[in-house]
Amino acid sequence: MAGSEVKVLGTWASPFALRVHIALGIKSVKYEWVEENLEAKSQLLLESNPINKQVPVLIHHHKPICESLAILQYIDEAWPSAPSILPSDPYHRAVARFWAAYIDHKWFTWLKGVASAEGAEAKKAALDQVREGLVVVEEAFGKCSKGKDFFSGDRIGYLDIVLGCFLGWLYVAEKRNDVKLLDEEKMPGLAAWAIKFCLEGAVKDVMPDKDELLDYANMVFQAMAKAKAKLNAPPNN
Amino acid sequence: MADEIMLLDWWSSMFGMRVRIALVEKGLKYESREEDLNNKSPLLLEMNPVHRKIPVLIHNGKPICESPIIVEYIDEVWKDKSPLLSTDPYQRAQARFWADYIDNKIFQLGGKIWTSKGEDQEAAKKELMECLKILEGELGEKPFFGGENFGFVDVSLVTFSCWFYTYESFGNFSIEAECPKLIAWTKRCLQKSSVSSSLPDSLKIHDFVLQLRKKFGIE
Repeated sequence: MAGSEVKVLGTWASPFALRVHIALGIKSVKYEWVEENLEAKSQLLLESNPINKQVPVLIHHHKPICESLAILQYIDEAWPSAPSILPSDPYHRAVARFWAAYIDHKWFTWLKGVASAEGAEAKKAALDQVREGLVVVEEAFGKCSKGKDFFSGDRIGYLDIVLGCFLGWLYVAEKRNDVKLLDEEKMPGLAAWAIKFCLEGAVKDVMPDKDELLDYANMVFQAMAKAKAKLNAPPNN
Repeated sequence: MADEIMLLDWWSSMFGMRVRIALVEKGLKYESREEDLNNKSPLLLEMNPVHRKIPVLIHNGKPICESPIIVEYIDEVWKDKSPLLSTDPYQRAQARFWADYIDNKIFQLGGKIWTSKGEDQEAAKKELMECLKILEGELGEKPFFGGENFGFVDVSLVTFSCWFYTYESFGNFSIEAECPKLIAWTKRCLQKSSVSSSLPDSLKIHDFVLQLRKKFGIE
């Protein structure tokens, strides 16, 4: 049973787990998806990722691989037949890895900062930072794509997956804050890229519905706000 | 045509040291340029406009930034000598995981130790020791993280070893007391000329940090 050789531990809302879905789809690899409950993590998850205890985890031949960027590269190397996920040239690979690190360590941190920012001023500053980051990535898109549809050229690859997995949560931030972040005027390349990315075969069947994601986000943030209010409530309440 | 390799560096940077080690492992000749981090050169700003940080490797005029990315690049371009990563995809994934773990933890925790005091410092010390113990566990009985051979994870972690004395001194603790195997591993690594020629003296780093603390008014 080929599917049981490859297992993915993830959650439907996790953009990092979505990366693994997409990459395995590109390689036409059959796999078993295990939906984790992050409030009650499975024994398998805790054993497979004892250090970070996070999703996603790829389990191949009973061996776990953790951290989505390491997983993407593993998938590319373990199933080396085309289509490839990373570029073949070492310099272009270094450029792709650089922008993946920027997106994960800088831009996504800023996106998360929108949710945790308190007060109108802080929210605006956080949203501006996300937008400025997208302007930087827009320039990178121009250089990497060289006029083609995707960062990787004619087909989606590493950087497309790394950024594309966040499109749902970017939509969530736009709706919850009533702003436009992926602006067709300021980032025409990325705006066009986003539409094409979501239509790609390996993406459209696995990408969570953005309104379902919005409902889920609203529910999570509401629960967090309630819990915080309870903590801050006066003692004789 | 001979390769032109330049490294924009700073002597006490653990990240710059990683690149030095990799270049020496591969037997490569390169020009090293010491940046003044308070007055960054136009070349650095041109080659790393996004982060404006060292190290930057410039290979035949093209910049590569971020030390783990630079080390992988060096390993891929000059793949015939002293490979730092295994050819096996699973081993490579493990190496990347641990290099990422080291990058997420050690620098920030170590930095907190010499820039803070009291409860904050104690918390940072505790967490650093937990991380180093985890890394010591991962090393196990192997001579190197890479197994029989010095590899990617070894390069990523060993450059912090010249900062250990600084952490211990300002934090008033001993890493060797709790992680003797890890310290034995650092000594094993220092027997390699690529490592010993790339790491500055621990006392020099300590004195440098002493000056920094005075400058920033940290008691």
